[in-house]
This record gives sequence, C-alpha cells and structure tokens, in this order.
Amino acid sequence: MVVSILKKRLAGADGSFLLETDVKIARGGITAVAGPSGSGKTTFLRMLSGLTSPDEGLLEVDGEVWFRGEAGKKPQLNLTPQQRGVGVVFQGYALFPHMSVMGNLLYASRNREMAEKLLDLIGLQQLKHVKPPNLSGGQKQRVALARALMQQPGFLLLDEPLSALDEQMRALLQDELMKLNRELGVTILIVTHDSSEMYKLCDRVLVFEKGQIVVDTSPRKLFVERATTQKFAFKGEILEIRAVDAVYVAVIAIGNNLVEVVIDSDEKENMLAGDIVVVGTKAFNPTVRKFGAKDFDFSKL
Amino acid sequence: MNHFDMEPFLLSFRLAAITTVLLFIFSVPLAWKLSQTRSRSKPFVEALVSMPIVLPPTVLGFYLLVFLSDRSPLGMFLKQVFNLDLVFTFEGILIASCVYSFPFMLQPLQSGMEQVPVRLLEASYALGKSKFKTLLYVILPNIKPSILTGVIITFAHTVGEFGVVLMVGGSIQGETRVASIAIYELVELLDYRTAHIYSLILIAFSFAVLMVVYVLNRRYKALSG
Repeated sequence: MVVSILKKRLAGADGSFLLETDVKIARGGITAVAGPSGSGKTTFLRMLSGLTSPDEGLLEVDGEVWFRGEAGKKPQLNLTPQQRGVGVVFQGYALFPHMSVMGNLLYASRNREMAEKLLDLIGLQQLKHVKPPNLSGGQKQRVALARALMQQPGFLLLDEPLSALDEQMRALLQDELMKLNRELGVTILIVTHDSSEMYKLCDRVLVFEKGQIVVDTSPRKLFVERATTQKFAFKGEILEIRAVDAVYVAVIAIGNNLVEVVIDSDEKENMLAGDIVVVGTKAFNPTVRKFGAKDFDFSKL
Repeated sequence: MNHFDMEPFLLSFRLAAITTVLLFIFSVPLAWKLSQTRSRSKPFVEALVSMPIVLPPTVLGFYLLVFLSDRSPLGMFLKQVFNLDLVFTFEGILIASCVYSFPFMLQPLQSGMEQVPVRLLEASYALGKSKFKTLLYVILPNIKPSILTGVIITFAHTVGEFGVVLMVGGSIQGETRVASIAIYELVELLDYRTAHIYSLILIAFSFAVLMVVYVLNRRYKALSG
C-alpha cells in the first residue's frame, strides 16, 4: 500500500498552484494518471521516485516511511532515489547515449540472462549492440522500459511510455505490462492520455487538474457507466445554426469531423454558435444538449 | 657555440605530464561539485580558481615563493616533517604549475559536465546507482571532448609557462631549467642559433597540439551531430 499525502507548490503557466495528492494506492494494481499538461502528473511521479522533493507531507510505502516533512522545514526523512529503487521510464527515454542497448540494460543490473530475456520480449535482439542515437523513438521507449525492469522494481512509474509506438507495438507492450503486473506483482503507475489504454490496462484512473486529483475512479465507471443515458455521446462545438424549412439544423464540430444535426425549436432557443454541446442519441435520433457541469470533459485526459 | 640539449624538453614534458595527471585527479571531483551545486559560494570558488588566467605569472610566482620558502610556516612544516624543499626544486615548480594551470583543466570539465542532460543523471539515480558510479560511468564517458580539451590544453599550457617557473624554480639544470627558461638563458648568452632551434621546436609542438584539439573536436561533433 502506498500512502501519498504530499504537497508541493508548482509554477504553472498562469501563476503558481499547489499540487496536493491525498491518495492510497493498493499494491499490485495498474493506475492511470491523466490530466492536461502542466497539471502536476509528472511531478507526482517524480515525488514518488524521489527525484523531486515535496514541500511537506507524508509518503509511506508498505508501512515504511519514504518521506516525512513539515512546511517550511527541512524534511525529517527523505529517502534518495537510490534507496527507493523505483523503476522509472522517463518521457524523453533518458537512455545513456554512449552505451549500447545491451550496455544500458547491464548498467541497471549485471544480470545478463535477464537482459537477454528482456531483449527477446521487446524484440530488439538484433539491435542489442546499437547505440541509442541510432534507434527510432519506439525502439528507444522499449529499451527504456526494459532497462527499468532490469532492477526488478516493486514499483514501475511510466511517463507516457507508449505514446510514440504504433498500434501493434503498443498493444504488445500493453499485454506485457499486464503480464508483469499479474505475474510479478509489479505495481504500475502510468501517465497516459489514451482512453482505450486506460480501459484496457488500468484498474483505476486518477485525473489531475491544476494540482488537484479531480477524478478518482475505475475506467469502467469513468467511460461506460456514466450518468448520461446516451450510448453514444460526443462533445462538440456549434459552428452554425440555420433554419431549414420548419426545423433548425446545427453544424457541429466534433474533433475534426463536422456533422449536421437537426435540433428542435425548444432547444434552439438556448443555443448559439460557439456553444459547447453534447451530441448523443435517443430512440435512434441524434440529440443535442448543452454541455453541463455533470459532464466529464474527456479532453482533459 | 652550441648548447643544444634535449634535457630542458624532457624536463618540460615530465613537468607537464605530472601536472596534467595531478590536475585531472583534483579537477574531476571539484568540477562535478561545481556543476551540481546551486550554492552561493560557487562564484567565489570559480573566481578564485580562475585567478591564474588573469594574474601576471610573476605575482603568482612571487607569492608561491613566499609561501613555499622554508622561512614561511608552511615551508618550514614541509621541510621538517617531509624533508621537502619546494624552492628551486622540481617539486616546487610542480606545485606552482598545478596552481597556474588549474583553470585550464577545471573549466572545460565543468562546462562539459554542466551540459550533460539532468535526465541522464536522474535515470542513473533511479536505477539505484550512487553519485560516484554515475560520475564514473555516465558523466565522464559523455564528456570525452571536454576531457580531451582539458588534458591537452593543460599539458600545452604547462610546457609554455615561464614566469611562475622562473620565480619559484630559477634555472637549475636538470631540476628546474625547462625549455622556456632554457631559451631565455640562451638569448642572454647570445646563442641565437640554439635559441632558434628550441623556439621552433616549441612553435611546432604548440601548433600540433592545437591542431589535434580542433581536429578531434570536429570529428566528435561530426560523429555526435
């Protein structure tokens, strides 16, 4: 069990804000960490691995205190990253450019047998003597993941590890992460913006916004069992409303797609071009309603 | 009149080689400390270590002479405890040239270390490696061009020093009469022929050294870029 009650003041694009985490994370799960950029996700992971010092709070892992400190004082206890031994896959891979792929793995641990096994797993046996500057982005990410696994961490923190991979490789590594999680009991925290990845991989989603955890639920609850009755619901923006014979037609931009939806005249009264709306279905007909406070904004993942 | 003799060159190179090795050993930890620290005393240390670049060698030589002579407390202590004479001896000019060439080793190392991405250090720490291991296996291999520059420039700079060696070491044959001082003496003796030979050797040496630095840097840039 990880108990993280940590605070840190961060400098954001529009002024400073307080990153506050008050979560318990059970051993053995896969937790997604989502939220817009600059919301504190990466700092949260860095505070867990010991690379960034919180201002105050408590971090306890399996009953062992890793950090304890009060505001404005030197922390009473703050384990170094070396003492924590958390596996980290950095956003920029952070591979050692002067070591070959094999060298990178063996630097983490001198276990040659395991290095060979991991190279098989990530499909990079052929490239084990190549140096990182000559690898593609996806290959680098796989090496970074394998390197983090070399130290057999109880904890694996992944900062958007799969974002640069193609679908096939991503699915493969997702399976591997699940296998690692199931077979070795590695607890995984993964920063991701991909809702299908969250759904497939994770048993819990934490959504950060301006340093606060605004959503803490299961992917199933977040994506499927929502309060809304629509089976399909997409958020969009009204570009234009025009009258066609007796009805009104709204042109709505949903992502990169433009759709035309008939809206009834009652609804037309409180809608204007530029409004953010939810397009769903009811009895086989598309409906449009205003985006409300109870709707979760998925663009924030 | 021909006083040509390889001894001053051998002495110069021996002095330069030992100075370079000693300075490398001392500079790596200090450069590492300076590259990592955000302490307010950093500019003070940097300014202090860089003084030899701007000070006239005579000023440096004068104070080293004062502090190392066996009439000073330090000189007396060294003489009595280690039986070490530092004035007009090889050991003396070795210490003097270490002080004098310190910035030429420290600065390239420090700026090289400051340019290594922080992420690499963090990755190494997260893999459980100590700062010392990180320095040895991650930092140093990644700043090879800086190390090369520091080593070669320090070596060449020590071969080329004159004022400090003259002040602290004088010109004792086989002990402190290095190439640059031998040339000075030859000119005083009006032996221009030998002075020319010595000087041309030093010119060729300096040019070759600088060429090597630039060629290697270029090749490294081409490789990594």
